[in-house]
Amino acid sequence: MITEKGLWNRLRLRLLFTGPTLFAFLAVMIIPFLYGIYLTFTNWDGISTSSSMVGFDNYLSVFKDTVFWKTFLLTLEYVFISVVLINIVAFLLAYILTSGLKGQSIFRAGFFIPNLVGGIVLGFVWQFIFSNVIVFVGKEMSIPLFSNSWLADPTKAFWAMIIVTVWQYAGYMMVIYVAGLMNVPKDILEAASIDGASLWTKMRKMTLPLMVPSFIVCIFLSLQRCFMVYDLNISLTKGGPFKSTEMVSMHVYEKAFLSRDYGVGQAEAFVLFLLVATITIAQVYFSKKLEVEA
Amino acid sequence: MRNRNSSAVWTKSILLCICLLLFIFPFLMLLVNSFKENKAITSSPLSLPDHLNFSNYINAFDKMDYVSAFTNSITITVLSVLIISLLAAMTAHYFVRNQTKFNQYTFFLMVAAMIIPFQAIMIPLVKIYGSIGFLNSKWALIYMYIGFGSPLAVFIYHGFVKSIPAELEEAALIDGCTRTQTFFRIVFPVLAPTTVTIAILNVLWIWNDFLLPSLVLIAPSERTLPLSTFYFFGTYSVDYGPLMAGLMLTILPVLIVYLFAQKYIIQGVMQGSIK
Repeated sequence: MITEKGLWNRLRLRLLFTGPTLFAFLAVMIIPFLYGIYLTFTNWDGISTSSSMVGFDNYLSVFKDTVFWKTFLLTLEYVFISVVLINIVAFLLAYILTSGLKGQSIFRAGFFIPNLVGGIVLGFVWQFIFSNVIVFVGKEMSIPLFSNSWLADPTKAFWAMIIVTVWQYAGYMMVIYVAGLMNVPKDILEAASIDGASLWTKMRKMTLPLMVPSFIVCIFLSLQRCFMVYDLNISLTKGGPFKSTEMVSMHVYEKAFLSRDYGVGQAEAFVLFLLVATITIAQVYFSKKLEVEA
Repeated sequence: MRNRNSSAVWTKSILLCICLLLFIFPFLMLLVNSFKENKAITSSPLSLPDHLNFSNYINAFDKMDYVSAFTNSITITVLSVLIISLLAAMTAHYFVRNQTKFNQYTFFLMVAAMIIPFQAIMIPLVKIYGSIGFLNSKWALIYMYIGFGSPLAVFIYHGFVKSIPAELEEAALIDGCTRTQTFFRIVFPVLAPTTVTIAILNVLWIWNDFLLPSLVLIAPSERTLPLSTFYFFGTYSVDYGPLMAGLMLTILPVLIVYLFAQKYIIQGVMQGSIK
């Protein structure tokens, strides 16, 4: 590669090409991240200009904050169920779509629609569906399961969150699975059919192992998005009834911005970051080992 | 054999149609009820409206301050996406063509930073930028989107710049282009398909984002569409007619764009996921 001559020219080029991006990246992500770690050791209340160092007190409060751990466990449960269901629904849809149907692109486009709209709007739409439409149907046809709003019952409200989450992300993951399924070589599947392999055997022994890269991406994306759920939480259930569906993200927000407990709030955010990072990295690391070549 | 095949195709098609109907059912309900009066919505949410009544839309349009919210959303999304794409392409290009240790570590830092969730940064972010009085303007928000959006964009561009032959750029340099001219006249146009992917992923994110603008934009006049929908819902929570119309108004612009750019959006998501 031909290089520019002169120190000044090279520096100018570097500043022009990487300066603005790196400045924004460092100032918006890295510096706040590091400063956030510092904040966890102080007792800043959000208003006063001074704050003092309190050592590990905030982390101690995090471990004592039972609400934080309650919301964290609830989030774990929510993430686990949602991620499993999202990927099953998405894979099945993708599998049926790629099995040689007409109008594939129309279906694909239709299933993707919920992803065009933000969590806030989707939450409000479903709030109406759950508390009006479904209740109306339940009363008209006298189905006890539906005749009271799901959002008024702690367990059902939790499942309402899961239903909307699955509905929202299944279309997105389906698109990724479709791309993966179209890359599975047709000739080896045909060869297997000629050798007498059943549909199920082909699926288990060939399609699924070859689809591992798509599974890694989809599970990673759905894990990350579900763990950090906030928009849907605040618009669909507002954490209610009686704070029973409050997810950990919402709790951190309330701790910091409503209770003005910034030190503890940031410590909780940091603990959350460590836990989520560990889980997602472990997921990618272990599932990479399952990858095979066609 | 042929018969069994076609009946299987039919079953699958019908199954998919039912699934699709279930998928868009909430939006259909929204559309139907946005034309009805409050009473009709609560007493019979499933029935079709008697006549097309646009009063809900006019009402919502007014109360949501729709024009202002829409303009803010458009300005923020378009400017952020344009700047992210251009800057990230430049940075990725520079990193690929100058593989020094420093550049490699910086690139690695950017990729690693993608794992940090926004919630882990929001509190210090608000504190830092609040203390220097840099909150409550769309420019601050655009600047933050550049910071949050650049890692993924640089990462995707990085992969594609590698596939452009260096000879192409050398030829341009020999013909008398400067490095900057080479980038703008040769490299950036070649990267156009990647730019479309990055633009689509970022538009979907920024247009619908709620938490960051809710922390940065405080004045009602600066609100984006998701924010104004949120406050509208909070203020008029029992006024179903206008609420439905308001939600429709928020969804409509995206749906119209989707109608025309559907193919590119789906492809963009596919491309963006293969990393």
